[in-house]
Amino acid sequence: MTEKIFADAINEAIAEEMRRDPSVFIMGEDIRLSIYGATKNLYKEFGEERVLDTPLSENGFFGAAIGASLVGMRPIVETVTSFMWVAMDQLISQAAKMRYMFGGQATLPVVYRASMAYGSGSAAHHSDRNYPMFMNMPGLKIAVPATSADAKGLLKTAIRDDDPVIIFEDTNLMGTRGEVSDEEIPFGKAEIIREGNDCTIVGIAGSVKLALDAANNLEKEGISCEVINPRTLVPLDKQSILSSVEKTGRLVIADPAHKVCSAASEISSIVAEEGFWFLQSPIIKVASEQVHIPYSPSLEKLVYPNVDKISSAVKKTME
Amino acid sequence: MEITKEIQILMLERMWTIRNFEEKVIEVHEGGEFVGPAHPYIGEEAVAVGVCLALKDSDYIAGNHRSHGHPLAKGGSIKKAMAEIYGRVDGYCKGKGGSMHLADFSVGILGESGIVGSSVPVATGAGLASKMGKKDFVSVVFFGDGASNQGACHESMNLASIWKLPVIFVCENNQYAITNSYENSVAVDNVSDRAVAYNMPGILVDGQNAEAMYEATSEAVKRARNGEGPTLIEGLTYRFEEHSLGLGKIRRGEYRDQEEIDKWKQRDPLDIHTKKLIERGILSESDCKEIESNSKAEIEEAVNFARNSAFPGPEDLFEGMWANPIPKP
Repeated sequence: MTEKIFADAINEAIAEEMRRDPSVFIMGEDIRLSIYGATKNLYKEFGEERVLDTPLSENGFFGAAIGASLVGMRPIVETVTSFMWVAMDQLISQAAKMRYMFGGQATLPVVYRASMAYGSGSAAHHSDRNYPMFMNMPGLKIAVPATSADAKGLLKTAIRDDDPVIIFEDTNLMGTRGEVSDEEIPFGKAEIIREGNDCTIVGIAGSVKLALDAANNLEKEGISCEVINPRTLVPLDKQSILSSVEKTGRLVIADPAHKVCSAASEISSIVAEEGFWFLQSPIIKVASEQVHIPYSPSLEKLVYPNVDKISSAVKKTME
Repeated sequence: MEITKEIQILMLERMWTIRNFEEKVIEVHEGGEFVGPAHPYIGEEAVAVGVCLALKDSDYIAGNHRSHGHPLAKGGSIKKAMAEIYGRVDGYCKGKGGSMHLADFSVGILGESGIVGSSVPVATGAGLASKMGKKDFVSVVFFGDGASNQGACHESMNLASIWKLPVIFVCENNQYAITNSYENSVAVDNVSDRAVAYNMPGILVDGQNAEAMYEATSEAVKRARNGEGPTLIEGLTYRFEEHSLGLGKIRRGEYRDQEEIDKWKQRDPLDIHTKKLIERGILSESDCKEIESNSKAEIEEAVNFARNSAFPGPEDLFEGMWANPIPKP
C-alpha cells in the first residue's frame, strides 16, 4: 500500500492497464498535456498512437470509442460531465442499448471518465453532477469513486469489464490523499467507511468525505454514525445499505446531484420498499437544491450538501 | 474495371434476395404478421449490393433504420433476418432488435441504428481500431441524405480524415427524409460536394447501377487499405415505397408526384443489371428468371422458418443486457 493523491491514483491505473494490455488506449480533449492532471506522462510513455487528442467533437469521438470497442479495443475516454450532454446520442442510443438491442451480439468494453467539477465557480454549464440520469438508463455501469483507493481500483475494474462504464470523478477529491493498492475493486461492493450504531449516512462521491466529517463531529456529541461509500451506483450494493439501516434504524443520504430523481432518491426508495420496518424515523436526502449552479460564490455554496446540512439531518433523524 | 462474371451474377442474386425479401415483408405486414415500423429498401438495392460485394468478409459495415438490404447484401442469413422481423428467438438479435436493428454480427455488421446518423461515429471507431491495431479491415457506413445533415456525420468525417482512417462513408441519397426533399434540406448540390470540407474524395455515383457502386467502392477500399484515408461516396437512388410500413398512408402527391416515382421506376436497379447480363451473354433471359424464382422460393422458406420459430419468453427478457452480468436492481 502506498499513499497517492486521487489524480495520481487515476493516472497510475491507466498507465498500469495500458502496460498490461495493448488494446487499451485513451482519447479525449487536451489529454496529451494533461490539463486535468490525470493523464500526465501517458503521451510520453505510450506515444501518439495510444494517447489521442481529439477535436471538440464529443458525439463523434464518444461514438468512435464505441466502434473501436466493438472490434477488439478497450478505449478510455476522458471527458467532463457537462460535455456528456453533447454526446448523449452515442452514450444512450449506442453505448447503453447496443448489446441488448442486438441480442447480446455486441460487446463494448468502453470506459468514459467524466470529470465532475463543482463548487468552484464554474457556473451552470460546467458543474454537472449527472450520474442519476445515467442510472435511469439500463445498460451503463456507473462508478462514483470517493477515495484514492477507489479512483485506482474502480478504474482498473472498469477497464477490464466488458460492458460500458462511466466513472464520475469528483474534482473536489483530485488533491485528496489516501492509501492505494494494486488490486482491482469489484463493482457492486460498498465500503463501510466508518462503523456506527445510531444513523447510517450513505455518501456519493465527494459527499462521502463530508459524511465522514459530519460523523466525526457528531461523535463528539455522542451520536454514532455509520458511513457507507457505495463505490458503484450501477450495480448498487443495496444489501450493505439495508443491513446498516437494520442496525441503526436511521438513514441520511448525502448526494451532490440535484435532489429530484437523484441517487439519494433511488436509495431512499429501495430502503422504503425493502427496509421500511427497520426505520425509526423518516429517511432524509441531503442533495443539491433543485436550481442551476449559480456563479457567485455566495450563492453556489448554498446549493450542495455540506457537513452542517448532513449533521443537521442526522440530528433530525434522532429527534 | 473488370468485374468477374461470378460477381456480376452474385449482384443479381443478392438484389433479387433484397427485392423479394422486402416485397414479402410488405405482404406479411399487411397481413398483420409482425408489429412496428419497417422501412422498405426497394429501389435502392444496387447501393448495398454494389458496395458489399466490393468488400471482404473481414470488413465491417454499419447501417441505419432502412437496413434490411445491408446484412442481406453482405451475405447474412435470410432466415434469421426474417425471424428477427417476426420478433422470434431465431432472429439475428433473438427478437430484441426487430426491423430497425437487423444486425448480423457474424458477417461483420456493427449494428443498424434507428437514430438517423448515429451509426456513423461507430463505424468511424471501427476504422480507428483497424488503424491502431494495424489490421487490414475497412469499415463502411450507410446513411441517407437526411442523416448527412446530422452533426454526427460531420464530426465523424472530420475525425476519419484527420486520423486517415480506413472508413468509407456511403450516402444513399434516396431524395427524401420521410417527406422533406433533398432540395429542401441540403445546402449543396450533392452530398458528395461536402467531402471537400473534410479533405477527402467525394464521389457521385449512379446508385441504380450496382457495377458503378462496386467500382467506386473498390477504389475507396484500395485507398483505405493503403492508408490513404476515408472516402465519401454518394449513390443517387430513390425510395420506390413510402417511408415506413405501419406509419399510416402518407399521401404521395403532397410531397412527391406519381410522375417522379414512375420516372425513377424506369431506372429499376434490377432491370438495369439484368439487361446488362443478358446483353453480355453472361446469362440468358431464362437464367435471370430462374434467379428470380429461386430467390422467391428462398424467401418463402425464410418466412416459414420465421413463422415456426418461437417467440422469446419471459425468461429471455433480461438476456443480453450485460457481458459481465450484475444483479437486477
